Amino acid sequence: MKEYSLTNLRELEAEAIHIIREVAAEFENPVMLYSIGKDSSVMVRLAEKAFYPGKVPFPLMHIDSKWKFKEMVEFRDNYAKEKGWDLIVHYNKEGFKKGIGPFTHGSKVHTDVMKTQALLAGLNKYKFDAAFGGARRDEEKSRAKERIFSFRDKFHQWDPKNQRPELWNIYNAKVHKGESIRVFPISNWTELDIWQYIRLENIPIVPLYYAKKRPIVDIDGSLIMVDDERMPKELRDKAQMRKVRFRTLGCYPLTGAVESEADTIEKIVEEMMTVTVSERTTRVIDFDQEASMEQKKREGYF
Amino acid sequence: MGKDTPKNNHNNTSKNQLGSVSSLEGEQGGLSIREFLDQDQRKDLLRLLTAGSVDDGKSTLIGRLMFDSKMLYEDQLAALERDSKRVGHAGEDIDYALLLDGLKAEREQGITIDVAYRYFSTAKRKFIIADTPGHEQYTRNMITGGSTANLAIILIDARHGVITQTKRHTYLASLLGIKHVVVAINKMDLVDFRQEVFEKIRKDYETFVAQLDIPDIHYIPLSALKGDNVVETSERTPWYHGNSLLEFLETVHISSDRNFTDLRYPVQFVLRPDIKFRGFSTSVASGIIKKGDDILVLPSLKTSKVKSIVSYDGELDYAFPPQSVTVTLEDEIDISRGDMIVHPDNRPRVERHFEAMLVWMDENEMDLSTPFYIKHANNNTKAKIDQVRYKVDVNTLEKSNIENFKLNEIGRVVITTTKPLFFDPYTQNRQTGSFILIDPVTHNTCAVGMIIDKLGSKNLPSRITDTDKETIAKGKSLVTIAERQKKLNQKGETIWITGLHGSGKNELAFSLEKKLFENGATVVLLDGSSLRMGLNKELDFSPADRAEHLRRVAHISKMLNDQGIITICSFISRNNSLRKQIAQIIGEERFHLLYMDATMEYCKNNKPELYEKAEKDEIENLPGIDLEYEKPGDATLVLKPEENEINIDRILDYISANKIFPVH
Repeated sequence: MKEYSLTNLRELEAEAIHIIREVAAEFENPVMLYSIGKDSSVMVRLAEKAFYPGKVPFPLMHIDSKWKFKEMVEFRDNYAKEKGWDLIVHYNKEGFKKGIGPFTHGSKVHTDVMKTQALLAGLNKYKFDAAFGGARRDEEKSRAKERIFSFRDKFHQWDPKNQRPELWNIYNAKVHKGESIRVFPISNWTELDIWQYIRLENIPIVPLYYAKKRPIVDIDGSLIMVDDERMPKELRDKAQMRKVRFRTLGCYPLTGAVESEADTIEKIVEEMMTVTVSERTTRVIDFDQEASMEQKKREGYF
Repeated sequence: MGKDTPKNNHNNTSKNQLGSVSSLEGEQGGLSIREFLDQDQRKDLLRLLTAGSVDDGKSTLIGRLMFDSKMLYEDQLAALERDSKRVGHAGEDIDYALLLDGLKAEREQGITIDVAYRYFSTAKRKFIIADTPGHEQYTRNMITGGSTANLAIILIDARHGVITQTKRHTYLASLLGIKHVVVAINKMDLVDFRQEVFEKIRKDYETFVAQLDIPDIHYIPLSALKGDNVVETSERTPWYHGNSLLEFLETVHISSDRNFTDLRYPVQFVLRPDIKFRGFSTSVASGIIKKGDDILVLPSLKTSKVKSIVSYDGELDYAFPPQSVTVTLEDEIDISRGDMIVHPDNRPRVERHFEAMLVWMDENEMDLSTPFYIKHANNNTKAKIDQVRYKVDVNTLEKSNIENFKLNEIGRVVITTTKPLFFDPYTQNRQTGSFILIDPVTHNTCAVGMIIDKLGSKNLPSRITDTDKETIAKGKSLVTIAERQKKLNQKGETIWITGLHGSGKNELAFSLEKKLFENGATVVLLDGSSLRMGLNKELDFSPADRAEHLRRVAHISKMLNDQGIITICSFISRNNSLRKQIAQIIGEERFHLLYMDATMEYCKNNKPELYEKAEKDEIENLPGIDLEYEKPGDATLVLKPEENEINIDRILDYISANKIFPVH
């Protein structure tokens, strides 16, 4: 008999496509949250595959904290235009007017106002009943326990003690008005899977992921890139050109680079296989408090 | 514990992926990184479930697997060392369990209370571990974690042997249809690695597991804490000649576990990007779908051919589970989400009634009156639990009678759905044999089920008697039957005519009605088509629905008879047990069974279209064709359609003789 078997990546791909289609079939008004990062790039490709040769039947939404790397915003706009995506860019206008940012208000306030609050307002504004996120279970401990269809009450809160059982590939999509489901189609992918898939599928990613000489300031051990003038001058003056790349992308003052020579996808994957530091350590927000991600998730952040 | 631990031996293995790269480069003269990556991304995926309690060292084992396969990152390790000193339970050693207990509150309690997923990979395979707790109140979580697992690791503490919990975990693994089980006999260091301890446990387990259906079982002596037989075989168990746990996990053959025989393509999404393209998307549940295949669509029974199998990466010649694809068909057929594409000669059950093993997952106990939502193979409909047959005690496997289920209880139930489901028994097909029940108010997933099979024909009539006994006992009018009969000058009794489709029952029934009416009798005729147009509109022709149809007819006839009215009932009523139930409802003394004994040839001539359809498989469940028709042995009159002239007179004579109505 012929052996019918899929590789790890193709099995993960099939699982994700199944999940994405299920949401399109079961919900009235879904949205795909798009962070411009590598995981989002993979998720968007999976959505394109799910509905090929048709168009993806839901919009993308980017929550813009107004502190993203310039290259990210540029990449986002070009990508959406080229692919014909229906892209919503939402940001917290109040917070932006008040000039909230990590340098002046600290990472906690900035994240709360410009990311969490902005996300919740965006979801409420368009009355989305399902929102795809690119979170993976291997990223962080509290995510390891989260369902693929993760129920949120009308305040978008997650209750880790009261999750719906989730079996086989049968997903419970029932919600009352105002409630919603966060859906994580790439839950079972690891960081290495993501890179392998990007390589296999030749998926475009923001150039910041590749090593290059960039102006870097060492702030308490985090390698922060000078992306604009909003970084206080006394810090900017300390900048040095260093060959770095980013393993995750977010707000530039909160995202640390790693020194690296990996300027091709192969080198990145090779680096991934030998790396000894997990990716979230380059995210400043995780260190704020013990179990901080779990706290943020309960409040509605991914 | 762990006083004599040699300093952590995680440096003595060289399984990390960097090691593989460099050694490949060294030994084989420069395998490039590109080639290595190409090779690496061909590895497959194994999903496994670990069951056991904190005390069995389960978390320690998982931590060890991840740690020794070098996928634990340095900073996670640093955090681990810090946490171990503060809240660890492993004394001076690194507490591997702390890696796994994710949520803050749980960490404080020192137990994992939900399913947590863990990932690690070696050069051969990627692994997803569903880590689930062993405490009784968390059966729900083990069921959740195990539903997609290829393999289960059941941990046993070598000091305690096979205990209740071991049995419970094994039962749940077998209930979930997990085909491979590794019995990991852990803490061998605490019994001095003695072979007789291992052998005793193995024997005990074998005795117990014989009553369950698990095709592949392996036994491995371990010390998760010390690392013996986890990644590499240990020198301390020279009597053990099998693989280490990791070697076994890397090599166990799983790709043939799926069902590649029975094509089940449950349409998930209808893709209509423009007028020209109409595709049907889903993840193939089982079997192989090929371009050019003849297919049949359920429930419409329309047929067509597979025109193409479309994917983003180009057209495919065939697709197999669990690939997510889109097919187009040669013909324009109306197909919706929830319909199922199959091969015409290999169909699933199409039924509204079935039996299942149900696991109750909700804090609120089961309420039999709830109209649940049921989700099954991309099909959404409503379901009711008709009956709880028994509960299984997961600790002893004993069955007991019970009214309903509470959280974590498991048992066998009878379910009826509003729309038919297209299913296979779970043991043959995990994808089309599984379902979830959703509470209509809370929307919680309150139960999950594994279908055993459709309701056996022997069981169908019992549904009838259960409710009927109560109904019959109730409702006595102040006007007695005797008074009514006196007024109408007749006895309210039932003339029931059984026979095949096209046997001439109806013609006879209508002539009889006319004749009785002309003679002054008060008579009502009941026949299949008029009832199915209205009262029984939602019922189909499956055996279960046929039984329900007749149950209702019997009740109507009984009510009419109670009013002193004579009824003529013309129904196929295909077997003795059904007819017996009908007689019981109506009252055996006033039930008169007539049999229209027509040959199959006669019936086919009379109703050619119907029988032609049945022969082409366009309709199902036609008595005499694919459903048995049992000739009655106890009919009071046996009639031939060819003798229609004398048939009416024979019946009228019978009616007179039995003082039902005086005919002249």
